[in-house]
Amino acid sequence: MSSADETAVAITGESGPMNGLKETAIRSVFFSCALVTVLTTLGIILVLVQGSIGFFQEVSIVEYVTGTDWSPVIRPRSFGVLPLIWGTLIITVGSALIAIPVGTATAIYLSEYADPQVRKVIKPTLEILAGIPTIVYGFFALSFITPIIQRFFPETGTFNAAAGAIVVGIMIIPMVSSLSEDAMSSVPDDLRNAAYGLGATKFEVSTSVVFPASLSGVIASYILALSRAIGETMAVTLAAGMHPQITGNLLEPIQTMTAYMVQIGISDVSVGSIGYQSLFAVGLTLFAMTLAMNLFSLWIKSRYREEYQ
Amino acid sequence: MTANNEPAEMTPNRRGPESVSTSEIDERRSASAAADDGPLGSPRVSSPVIESRDLDVFYGDTQALHGIEMEVPERQVTALIGPSGCGKSTFLRSINRMNDLIDVARVEGDLYFHGKNVYDDDVDPVALRRKIGMVFQKPNPFPKSIYDNVAYGLRVQGKDDGDVDEKVRTALEQAALLDEVEDQLDESGLDLSGGQQQRLCIARAIAPDPEVVLMDEPASALDPVATSKIEDLIDDLAEEYTVVIVTHSMQQAARISDKTAVFLTGGHLVEFDDTEKIFENPESQQVEDYITGKFG
Amino acid sequence: MSTETPFSEGTDDIERKRKIGQAFVAVCFASTLVGIVALVALIADVIYESWGWVTWEFLTYPPSQVVENFLPDGRGAGIYPALVGSIFLIALTAVFTIFLGVGAAIYLEEYAAESRLKSFIEANIANLAGVPSIVYGLLGLAIFVRAIQLGTSLIAGALTLTLLILPIVIVSSQEALRAVPDSQRQAAYGVGATQWQVIRDVVLPRALPGIMTGTILSLSRAIGETAPILMVGAATSLFVAPDGLTSPFSAMPMMIFEWAGHPEPEFQHVAAAGIVVLLTILLLMNAVAILIRNRYDPRS
Repeated sequence: MSSADETAVAITGESGPMNGLKETAIRSVFFSCALVTVLTTLGIILVLVQGSIGFFQEVSIVEYVTGTDWSPVIRPRSFGVLPLIWGTLIITVGSALIAIPVGTATAIYLSEYADPQVRKVIKPTLEILAGIPTIVYGFFALSFITPIIQRFFPETGTFNAAAGAIVVGIMIIPMVSSLSEDAMSSVPDDLRNAAYGLGATKFEVSTSVVFPASLSGVIASYILALSRAIGETMAVTLAAGMHPQITGNLLEPIQTMTAYMVQIGISDVSVGSIGYQSLFAVGLTLFAMTLAMNLFSLWIKSRYREEYQ
Repeated sequence: MTANNEPAEMTPNRRGPESVSTSEIDERRSASAAADDGPLGSPRVSSPVIESRDLDVFYGDTQALHGIEMEVPERQVTALIGPSGCGKSTFLRSINRMNDLIDVARVEGDLYFHGKNVYDDDVDPVALRRKIGMVFQKPNPFPKSIYDNVAYGLRVQGKDDGDVDEKVRTALEQAALLDEVEDQLDESGLDLSGGQQQRLCIARAIAPDPEVVLMDEPASALDPVATSKIEDLIDDLAEEYTVVIVTHSMQQAARISDKTAVFLTGGHLVEFDDTEKIFENPESQQVEDYITGKFG
Repeated sequence: MSTETPFSEGTDDIERKRKIGQAFVAVCFASTLVGIVALVALIADVIYESWGWVTWEFLTYPPSQVVENFLPDGRGAGIYPALVGSIFLIALTAVFTIFLGVGAAIYLEEYAAESRLKSFIEANIANLAGVPSIVYGLLGLAIFVRAIQLGTSLIAGALTLTLLILPIVIVSSQEALRAVPDSQRQAAYGVGATQWQVIRDVVLPRALPGIMTGTILSLSRAIGETAPILMVGAATSLFVAPDGLTSPFSAMPMMIFEWAGHPEPEFQHVAAAGIVVLLTILLLMNAVAILIRNRYDPRS
């Protein structure tokens, strides 16, 4: 063994030549990778705001927010965003009317009734729905859903809001069912046993104990699914069309905010033109809506976590 | 802790003329006592490798160790015993600064290794751990071959220039494992039994030739046969290394250690002395109660 | 039929509730079938529409405006430039994503202390995961295509897709890193390894299967994305495969979009054939991911 003095020296300084420097450098590289995510958010906000500023120098915000006519390319031009928001709203509400009841009932079945073996097969099978590219849903709407609708309502156009809402609804079923099932499965069995001990039936336990106990997780899943529906692009572009209008008739074509962005994206608008700038104004509107919903869902989920600690 | 304290109160204490009851000591320490307020027994040793001076460790707002005063003698086995939650593992981990890896851990006071405070700014914890190796409670071999497990320390420490094979074999031999694994050095360390895995971890710790080996309840996850092998091994290791071992088994401490430090609940080192003295005639009544099973 | 037992009082009520319960289960089960039936219908529809249109020529020829060229006895037309474009795009995206995603995950799990900065970065990542993909397209258009002047190039598309899937890759990599037992890190620190040595020798090898699985699943999402590359300017009428980082590119979902929206009804079959190719590649990627997960799953 070395003498005291030698040892004392040996533990000071660095563990090897340049080791400290190297460790710091490596740490900085990894930190930079994490920083990219922050820069992405900043980049998104910057790009959207900057583009929108150009747009709102030409178009008054009041006209944009309250106008009911959206005609950005064909003269006389008009930039009322409400028809696009209406289109997005129809798709979102329509798809929610499908996905929320179906997804919730599926979650209850999987969590409370299904054999574990069955659940192990059905849950991932449903999740395949979420993994299928949205463009495929657009095709599915055109080649399968719309012809069926047309059989019952012959006046239905090739592009119609109903088909868009239906495919988006199918697409987000697994978001509702999987996340809700997770929330329901994490309800402690003690609660179920307490209810059974009082003489409750399985139906009562599922609907009046498990469902309320998992409510915040279930609601968070609804919001996430809705936010996904708002941002959904290719399926609604192909299925629901590119015709901005405020109509209550689901068999008519509409245009969502995302579909408008696609329309500009595939056309030859020149950089800096009002059409190009409108992309960013609509993008900012879309971003603000989904961001608000995502934050809301995160907030609900964080409250939910505390409940069980 | 009340009437039973009477004999202890009368016991002379080697630190000075005043004799105090342990409960008084506890009170004084929890009120953040002076630096000379060490444990009962003989906290001084002749050739200390490690000296702890008024060492406090905090986890966030919780104080896990209170003013630990202790010296660890060279090439002997020093056992740290006490009930769970008494801070013995915390003290062990503060010796090679493994506590640095816990975000909320904070250390105050001094801990000297060969006269150098390891908590000085110029001490590199990585370099420190190369001098003070460690064996953990649960065997934790890497998912690599037996050979690579033992060679890993040599590699990271840049000691793989010479005859690595020879060093690996020597370490395995010192860890009393070579005979059992000689023909399967290329097989995964995870295929060994629990006791073999722990000896593999000991071989891994001593292969880079540290000065001190810290062991955190190394046999607690093992069966009695494997435990006795580890105990024999620790005995042999003390010929070359300074060993500090945390154990929850008093019998184990009595069997293998030269010095014993008794930590009691709340992170206080109550008594430190030759193992024989601790087990036969402790000064503190609390320690006697603990040893005889009345408490803890 | 009912005999008097000590429990018979109020059994009518229980009987009624049991009936409600059975109806409820039936409704829940039917709902579960909705998703399954939709999936089966979708796959059946695609296979039916594409039947006879997926040929060797479809994989090896450039697209055409004349639908007869796509037929088995036609002159040969297909998805080749888009197929190659998609593969290049994903390969590039994989390189960027693995570096950035794993790097960020390592920082968050292995380096960053529990601090405000860490929770801020993690909350930010969670929010990014919910941003619509078309918004990433706008970001790519404004930053990569215009500001950095990469133009409508393969690399601009790959960078855009990288940012899109980065949040998912980071989160799944973090999970893989978190699954590495702390005892392994301690063992390495105990023999005097530096932090980087611990990460390189102990943590990464053990987390790698999990990281790969998560990354491949994310890439399989990226390969089907249309909106972001559409905004960046992926072409629909490209007849050659991309030959460099800065060359213009087409991609499969872009071609499918073009064909599905084509006025001539026969192009529906061409679109379906494109979907079959796309879904096959997706299936392969998922199979590889599952294979990796099962192969390396238990502590081996």
